[in-house]
Amino acid sequence: METTTLQQGGIKEFRKGPDFFRVLCWVASAATVATLAWILIEITKEAWPAIKAFGFDFITSEKWLPNREKFGVLPFIIGTATSSFIALIFALPLGLAVAIFLSEDFLPLPVRQAVRFTVEMLAAIPSVVYGLWGIFVIIPMVQQFGAWAVTAFKDTPVLNVLFAGPAYGNSLLTASLVLALMILPTITAISRNALVAVPGTLREGAYALGSTRWEAIFGVILPTAAPGIVAATILALGRAMGETMAIAMLIGNSSRLSGSLLAPAGTLAGLLANQFGEAEGLQVSSLMFAALLLVIMTLFVNMAGEAVLRYTQKQTAGIR
Amino acid sequence: MKHTTLTTYGTLVASAILATSAMAQQLSGAGASFPAPIYQRWASDFRKVNSGVQVNYQSVGSGAGVKQFTQGTVDFGASDAAMSDEEIAKVAQGVVLLPVTAGSIVVAYNLPEVKDLKLTREALAGIFLGKVTKWNDPLIAKANEGVKLPDLPISVAKRSDGSGTTFVFSKHLAAISPEFKEDIGVDKSTDAWPVGVGGKGNEGVTALVKQAPGAVGYVEYGFAAHNGLSMASLQNKSGNFVKPTPESGAATLEHVELPANLRIWPDDPSGAQDYPIATFTWLMLYKKYPDAAKLKALKEFVTYGITEGQKVAPELGYIPLPAPVVEKCKAALATVE
Amino acid sequence: MTTSTATPSDFLSKASAGGSLRRSLGNKVLNCICVGLAFLTLIPLFSIVFLVLKNGLPLLTWDALTQLPPAPGNKGGGFGNAIVGTALMVGLALILATPFGILSAIYINEYAPAARLSNAVRFVAKLLTGIPSIISGVFAYAVVVLATGGFSAWAGGFALAILVLPTILLTAEQALLGVPKAFREASYGLGATNFQTIWRIVLPDALPAMMTGVMLAVARAAGETAPLLFTALFSQYWIQSLKEPTASLSVLIYNFSTTFDDHQKQMAWTASLVLVILVTLANVSAQVVFRKK
Repeated sequence: METTTLQQGGIKEFRKGPDFFRVLCWVASAATVATLAWILIEITKEAWPAIKAFGFDFITSEKWLPNREKFGVLPFIIGTATSSFIALIFALPLGLAVAIFLSEDFLPLPVRQAVRFTVEMLAAIPSVVYGLWGIFVIIPMVQQFGAWAVTAFKDTPVLNVLFAGPAYGNSLLTASLVLALMILPTITAISRNALVAVPGTLREGAYALGSTRWEAIFGVILPTAAPGIVAATILALGRAMGETMAIAMLIGNSSRLSGSLLAPAGTLAGLLANQFGEAEGLQVSSLMFAALLLVIMTLFVNMAGEAVLRYTQKQTAGIR
Repeated sequence: MKHTTLTTYGTLVASAILATSAMAQQLSGAGASFPAPIYQRWASDFRKVNSGVQVNYQSVGSGAGVKQFTQGTVDFGASDAAMSDEEIAKVAQGVVLLPVTAGSIVVAYNLPEVKDLKLTREALAGIFLGKVTKWNDPLIAKANEGVKLPDLPISVAKRSDGSGTTFVFSKHLAAISPEFKEDIGVDKSTDAWPVGVGGKGNEGVTALVKQAPGAVGYVEYGFAAHNGLSMASLQNKSGNFVKPTPESGAATLEHVELPANLRIWPDDPSGAQDYPIATFTWLMLYKKYPDAAKLKALKEFVTYGITEGQKVAPELGYIPLPAPVVEKCKAALATVE
Repeated sequence: MTTSTATPSDFLSKASAGGSLRRSLGNKVLNCICVGLAFLTLIPLFSIVFLVLKNGLPLLTWDALTQLPPAPGNKGGGFGNAIVGTALMVGLALILATPFGILSAIYINEYAPAARLSNAVRFVAKLLTGIPSIISGVFAYAVVVLATGGFSAWAGGFALAILVLPTILLTAEQALLGVPKAFREASYGLGATNFQTIWRIVLPDALPAMMTGVMLAVARAAGETAPLLFTALFSQYWIQSLKEPTASLSVLIYNFSTTFDDHQKQMAWTASLVLVILVTLANVSAQVVFRKK
């Protein structure tokens, strides 16, 4: 009988193999960190003239005027935050619903496979095509909805600001809706993995205690899968905030602050997509500064995600 | 599993090693999107005549084109705004600018019952300044006697992205309206404009104009023509209303006196039949090319473009170069070595 | 546990009377809502797929898959070189990003979960998710194109790799977390080394979930335009080396959909259709190969 214990010759094996692999993994990790650091350094280098020229005013100013060399991105920061937030409001429930649907057995396996297949096809669609679909399908719909909403909500306190006319097709609402669809596959695919990874024992335990399917889902499975779902959300949100092409085609790229969902707006990434090709000098630096701000915004989103995670971890400590 | 990953990696590495030396002479260029269709057509037609040369042109924007040309990552660049003296100074090898094609910018509108809209200079400026807000405004009506203009609000469509088209259009607006020049100014971007919904690219503005009755926007002639948009007749400096056609555009270019550095923008032409908004677009070449084969290929390509290539200009919506301009280009091309 | 005056029968009566009816009704309602939402999500999907099919199918011919792109004003042609270019650059991106992503995930999850480097990696990967695609293109331009003096498929692959690295890494981390602790403990209990445990037990179990990340990466990489515009540019011809401007489906679609030439505009739809089909095929084959056994 073979015994490869640590004492007999196993020590040599223990030293050779894993050490090399561990070093390899360490190198990979270090390289990942170094790459981001490098990217940030490059962006900051390019952005430096703008940082020097505008400083904090860049964030608070509303004026983006290339021909007067005055740059401020407040409307775009707000646009990025709002469009991503609205996209998430639509995509998270829908994406989770589909993920739950795919991980539970409401309907037979072939149906689930078909749904999974079709949702993954959504991921394969290039952003330009999302933009085109948005132009052909969503814009007319939003225009009609907008025309109705402007008159319907004219006298309701909060809604008449949110749906103030005139109703444009190229608007914040259009871009957010298409964005929601773009991030849906990410949320679904990764959440589904998280849900499926919940140990069967937990599920069975919940049922044994007499819970219904949904009590098990909300009480046990979702909290356990929470880290995965939060990871999915962060990835999806990152994609939403950084989406350039489709947004640029649908949002109207306006630097005018407006409270209305039906008005044209702008996002930081869309600004980059629209203006980078033709920008020169200080404008390029300002665009790079905007990119830097986007990364910082992602940082805040991540911190919020971590906070949510810590909260759910406290609730489910010790389950794993 | 191990086998499939190995074979996948293996094939990929093998194909990477398949980096055989180029058998045809490759030229790559990048820059403005305005002339991209005709440059690509030239590349394709030229290859039929001279199969040893492969020319690639990709539109990335005039600004990016100038940047990449300055950094030497392309063999030639293209820009609607040519290059300024400071930009030329940054290029170590020296720069030769050649105006190789031209086009008009039209004001397209969506009023199904109005076949032939005439816009005076005040009306045009007024629309884009946001002063003229309805189609039946007296300012527009007085130039269109007998035409029933609807009581529709004017929805202005503009470019959301930076563009040479906006640059040239705003140059003309600044030339005809001191107020536009003061308050808004000439630029590639429309951020300072008081009115207008932004569409991305010429196709974005085209879509906006097509979708909304009462819309008006500015696009390249080729886009308006191919999409069947109605184009307004604009009033030139002499007071005549000129419809945008290849002939009226050519008339504008005939009267342009190209200076020695070959850079000029006729932002308010004075000829009687001149269409007010027509512009050249430039190819940027280095003064020196160390690779003799590349130099020869490039010169042949450019020569083809400014001679044979001009024949396809009208089909694609561009204005053929007047003969004197072709001669000046040939002379400038000769200085490239 | 505090003592309460409630008796077991209280619980039972609560569970059986109105309580349980409400619970099972609620359960059924939620079932319906969930299935309903799932199918609701399919509506826009079908709308897009229908649009792409309707516009793209007419020109889908063998020629379209094997010819070079047509110039404006010409008919015929295809996007064969773009298909090759996309496959090549997505492949390059995967070769670059997958090892880094998976190995880093292994390090931060298996070897040193609490180390400073691991926390830094997690932090960095999440930050990288927010980088706009155009920035990865600009960065790759500065790093590869300027260094090598020209546009190339390498630069394009590099830009795409940066774009997809966070997805691969974070998904791989989740996949590794999904492997039950018991597996690892059993393995160590049998005397296996760290490496053997990872290589023989953990990785195989986590692989299907990791492939989700890789497939999402493939889909994203194949469909992004901005990173490629400044790195691989475009080419109207068949690829001859990896060090020259390279065609790609996404840039072709971008070019053709922003022109006024009707034939090119329709080609853009056909190219989109082919792109979706190819990525879906890759996805399906990966799932078949790497399914949980």
